[in-house]
Amino acid sequence: MTGTALLFLVLGLGLVAWIAGRARAAAFVRAAKGGPRGQVNSLPSYHGWFVAICAIIPAVFFMFVWQTISPALVTNTVLASPMTTDLPQDGFARAAILSEARAIAQGFQTTAFQAQSEKLVPLYKNALAYYSWIGMAGTLALLFAGGAFAFTRLKPDFRARNKVEYLVMLALLFASLIAIFTTVGIFASLIFESYQFFSMVSPFEFLIGTNWNPKNIVTPGADNGYGAIPLFWGTIFIGAIIAMLVAIPLGLMSAIFLTQYASSNIRKLMKPILEILAGVPTVVYGYFAALTVAPAIRDFAVMLGVSNAASDNALAAGIVMGVMIIPLVSSMSDDSIAAVPNAMRDGSLAMGATKSETIKKVLLPAALPGVVGGVLLAVSRAIGETMIVVMAAGYTANLTANPFDTITTVTVQIVALLTGDQDFGSPHTLAAFALGLALFITTFLLNYVALRVVKRYREAYE
Amino acid sequence: MAETPTHSKISTRNVNVFYGEKKAIDNVSIDVDMDNVTAFIGPSGCGKSTFLRSLNRMNDTIVGARVEGSIFLDGQDIYASSMDVVQLRARVGMVFQKPNPFPKSIYDNVAYGPRIHGLASGKAELDQIVESSLTRAGLWAEVKDRLGDSGTALSGGQQQRLCIARAIAVDPEVILMDEPCSALDPIATARIEELIHDLRGKYAIIIVTHNMQQAARVSQRTAFFHLGNLIEFGETSEIFTNPREDRTKDYITGRYG
Repeated sequence: MTGTALLFLVLGLGLVAWIAGRARAAAFVRAAKGGPRGQVNSLPSYHGWFVAICAIIPAVFFMFVWQTISPALVTNTVLASPMTTDLPQDGFARAAILSEARAIAQGFQTTAFQAQSEKLVPLYKNALAYYSWIGMAGTLALLFAGGAFAFTRLKPDFRARNKVEYLVMLALLFASLIAIFTTVGIFASLIFESYQFFSMVSPFEFLIGTNWNPKNIVTPGADNGYGAIPLFWGTIFIGAIIAMLVAIPLGLMSAIFLTQYASSNIRKLMKPILEILAGVPTVVYGYFAALTVAPAIRDFAVMLGVSNAASDNALAAGIVMGVMIIPLVSSMSDDSIAAVPNAMRDGSLAMGATKSETIKKVLLPAALPGVVGGVLLAVSRAIGETMIVVMAAGYTANLTANPFDTITTVTVQIVALLTGDQDFGSPHTLAAFALGLALFITTFLLNYVALRVVKRYREAYE
Repeated sequence: MAETPTHSKISTRNVNVFYGEKKAIDNVSIDVDMDNVTAFIGPSGCGKSTFLRSLNRMNDTIVGARVEGSIFLDGQDIYASSMDVVQLRARVGMVFQKPNPFPKSIYDNVAYGPRIHGLASGKAELDQIVESSLTRAGLWAEVKDRLGDSGTALSGGQQQRLCIARAIAVDPEVILMDEPCSALDPIATARIEELIHDLRGKYAIIIVTHNMQQAARVSQRTAFFHLGNLIEFGETSEIFTNPREDRTKDYITGRYG
């Protein structure tokens, strides 16, 4: 029986459990009819749910655990047989034979390309059947045990409603933990792979070296640098400098216009449009940057007499990224300005200050912490942005402050390192994880500081 | 256009104020002179604050608010196109219900107006304006050693006196006070009332208040508003001891409100 069929069987039996529990509780209700109220604690359907959950959850949980561990058990059983002693000791050839034998045993493949795998097929067949039988039996046993346990506990005064409530809470807790554990897991894998990288390349070379030139195949004497400073600089130059030079003034000014000058009709029209801008897929920005903005900037640079202007220049990627960030800066600034009490604005206007004096001298200083928080979030978003820079920025590590020159970023290099042939034992591939770790830590710190700043600012006006 | 009125500091003629379609003030004509403190009293929602805010055109900041009729400051129509609202508000200052110091230092709060209007030609002169304004507002002794502290760190009563000092600093002719003590405790209220006494004669003062005892204590003339109408206007002592209108009498004796 396949896993899917088993799952449906479990769910079907769960339905049976639900009906049985409900029917039993309905009998309680009938028996209690005419007596004092409150004799049956919960509605029959809660009894049904309680029995069904007790039957299904342990069984399904066991199924998934078994699916995860049984392949290893199968392999162990096969390897324990004396027929496998003549397998090659080389890991690669050995694994190829084993996986082919398994594929034939499972019916994914019909003929063997390797003679040795042919004779292992019956072994695999037996082992697979054996463990699949255990899995099925275990699942059904747990299902019946859970169902019977729950069913026997049903009594008129059994608090099925409270139990189900508790189980619902557990389900919600489980759902929220998944996101947290995923984050922890990603972080752990980054740390693990980075550790491997740093056992091959010195962390000092990585953090303060200026020569970035990783090669997939290392030839002795060849230039093979892992100094990430040019990448860090490129990321900061594009994401935190050029993009912010575009996004901060434009975002802030649009927020000021929307909160202070625009009539409510214009505001109603413009705010959603700005928010749509935030929903444009970054790949669209990417080709806009690569195909339209970058050539225009190069031509402009050539006109200015800049001789080494590149077509994948930093300016194009930075400007388009800045445009992408505008809605973020604008909406965060908008919130902060709107949070400044109106009394403050009235106080200034009543002194005879004009609107723009009021904005410059009272509203913006009062809203500044919130705006700064928004900008930090925007920087964090910009330096982690990948698609625009992959399409518009260059691949050459270049330590330059010339915005017309080509420059690369951390995210671009991660993509480059993980595209094509990979070997998880070579620093070339593992470098991607070290870069990812650096990026993760930076954006994590930026987000943390930004949220703290914004929170403290909110408290100040509550 | 009504006739250009008399020597009064502020005169209004047939003023109506609308919020959208709703008429909040109906045909109010009143003369406020320089030497007296004038109190506006009346039950909640009677339009007294609305009327006060139209005297320095703060209603302009409210979307849908509209003023009809004429309001004169020294005989000049303040809603005429020749009147610059920025200049008007420098001449007619305002103190709000809730103290609203800017999140700046005490010094910068008071210096705010003089700076935007260019009243001081140098640091020394600005210091002088700040000191004299705080002195007049009765706050100098309490804050002279910590002018750099934030204005928002002061107590509620001190904040309100800081706001009065801030209004005084641009040397206005009229000060409008919109329930200036409603957010303060009795002791702080008493300080503000004393201050109003001291300021009388230097500025034309109009105070909106819910508190009839306060109106009786601080004002020489009282206007009673009800449902957007000016019911009665006269000497405070007359209004409180011998009102002409029954509605005034009912309100003052606590029959409603």
